[in-house]
Amino acid sequence: MAAAQVHRMKMLSLYREMLREAQKFTGYNYRMYAVRRIQDAFRENKSETNPELIEGYIKKAQDNLPIIRRQATISQLYTEPKLVIESDTAKKS
Amino acid sequence: MMTTLVRRSLGSAWRSSSVLSVNGVDARQASTIPNVKEEKNLEGRALYLDAQSTTPLDPRVMDAMMPYSVAYYGNPHSRTHSYGWESDDAVEHARKQVANLIGADAREIIFTSGATESNNISVKGTARFYKSKKKHVITTQTEHKCVLDSCRVLEGEGFDITYLPVKPNGIIDLKELEAAFRPDTVLCSIMAINNEIGVKQPMKQIGEMCRSRKVFFHTDAAQAVGKIPVDVNDMKIDLMSISGHKIYGPKGIGALYVRRRPRVRVEALQSGGGQERGMRSGTLPAPLVVGLGAACEVSQQEMEYDHKRISALSERLIHKITSELPDVIRNGDPDETYPGCVNLSFAYVEGESLLMALKDVALSSGSACTSASLEPSYVLRAIGAQEDLAHSSIRFGISRFTTEEEVDYTAEKCVHEVTQLREMSPLWEMVQEGIDISKIKWTQH
Repeated sequence: MAAAQVHRMKMLSLYREMLREAQKFTGYNYRMYAVRRIQDAFRENKSETNPELIEGYIKKAQDNLPIIRRQATISQLYTEPKLVIESDTAKKS
Repeated sequence: MMTTLVRRSLGSAWRSSSVLSVNGVDARQASTIPNVKEEKNLEGRALYLDAQSTTPLDPRVMDAMMPYSVAYYGNPHSRTHSYGWESDDAVEHARKQVANLIGADAREIIFTSGATESNNISVKGTARFYKSKKKHVITTQTEHKCVLDSCRVLEGEGFDITYLPVKPNGIIDLKELEAAFRPDTVLCSIMAINNEIGVKQPMKQIGEMCRSRKVFFHTDAAQAVGKIPVDVNDMKIDLMSISGHKIYGPKGIGALYVRRRPRVRVEALQSGGGQERGMRSGTLPAPLVVGLGAACEVSQQEMEYDHKRISALSERLIHKITSELPDVIRNGDPDETYPGCVNLSFAYVEGESLLMALKDVALSSGSACTSASLEPSYVLRAIGAQEDLAHSSIRFGISRFTTEEEVDYTAEKCVHEVTQLREMSPLWEMVQEGIDISKIKWTQH
């Protein structure tokens, strides 16, 4: 039980951190994709109880986090103009 | 004189970059010639719905490639030092990643510059290698230009080519294929997914027919690999072309699968150092190869997720457009198709005008290779589309990175612009009055 709780805490903190980093993509499509993919992956495996599988998911998330961090940084160095729908939503809000 | 010009242009670059972006430098301004006048588009950049022409580079792929552009720059063919070994290891790892995706052995993968080169090597290379015994090649009318043009070259060299017609749904008739085989048929080249209308050919049946007649089966799978399951053993494929930039990988890299058992031999088109088992000489671009490998691995992991999502977006787009517009025809078979490629004909509307009207969505009326010409697409003509419908078609390409908002925006814009263009069209008016315009004699003489 204790192990499960440790896993859960680890997962949650990874989830939050990945989402926070994914938000930093400046390109609309990359940002939307990263956020959606992270959410979908965590939701899909939310009720997983097999500790081995959970370890695997944690490992995968830990591998992906630095990728997101690096690529989001690159996207901030080479920005692209905002898309038509982005300025539309900006007008509405 | 020169300095003032440079200074002035740099100055304008500075100003415009500060306008365009807050944090960073606009990608174009950062590296390109600064005095290129850019079109100021205050409304924003167009949406990208042209995934069949090319796809954006996946950040995971970019991340895999970066080290080989900045740190590990060795020539993968250098055998005498660690710089070469590092690159070679990376290339061989990528070869395995590509092979895994298609159920092949790593030794059967040849890296090329893209699907065009792979198609050229397959069609010309195989035919030429066996030319002393066999002189006949089968292909279809809806193949990509590079296959058709390679076949034309072979015709000039004395080969016979059968260009199979396709049914109105874009799929070949297996009976016609069966009838086309001859004792001297060497190769049958049929693409897996059409780049313009997205239809899937019955690969497995074609593969079996070819194998039983000892004819090599080549497939141009640039639009299929990484998007739908492809297994070279299950489908009995002997040669297969793969492209990097259609699967969120880098441009300028592709691969060719060449079967080892039963062995397929090809004559190389390019002479040189004998890299890639002598079939494709030239130093491998290690960063691009690594990118293709990573793109294949990501595609393999994401195939199910992507397919589900792209299918939903595709349905959403088609439903939104067809529920509000009459006389919209979907080109190609609606079931045996890749959902990310939606080709619609809007009757009584000229495709090019619609593309102009939809300027804030990046779309195409067909293949990018032929988009400069005003000729209607030969693929649409091959499926029997009338000249006017072939002229009024638009291809919507949905990718891994497309969002619901983009699809909705595109559908709404499309409905709006088609309605407007039709209101201006005298043909549409006549149709509304019940005149059958196909019966009208337009010319006097």
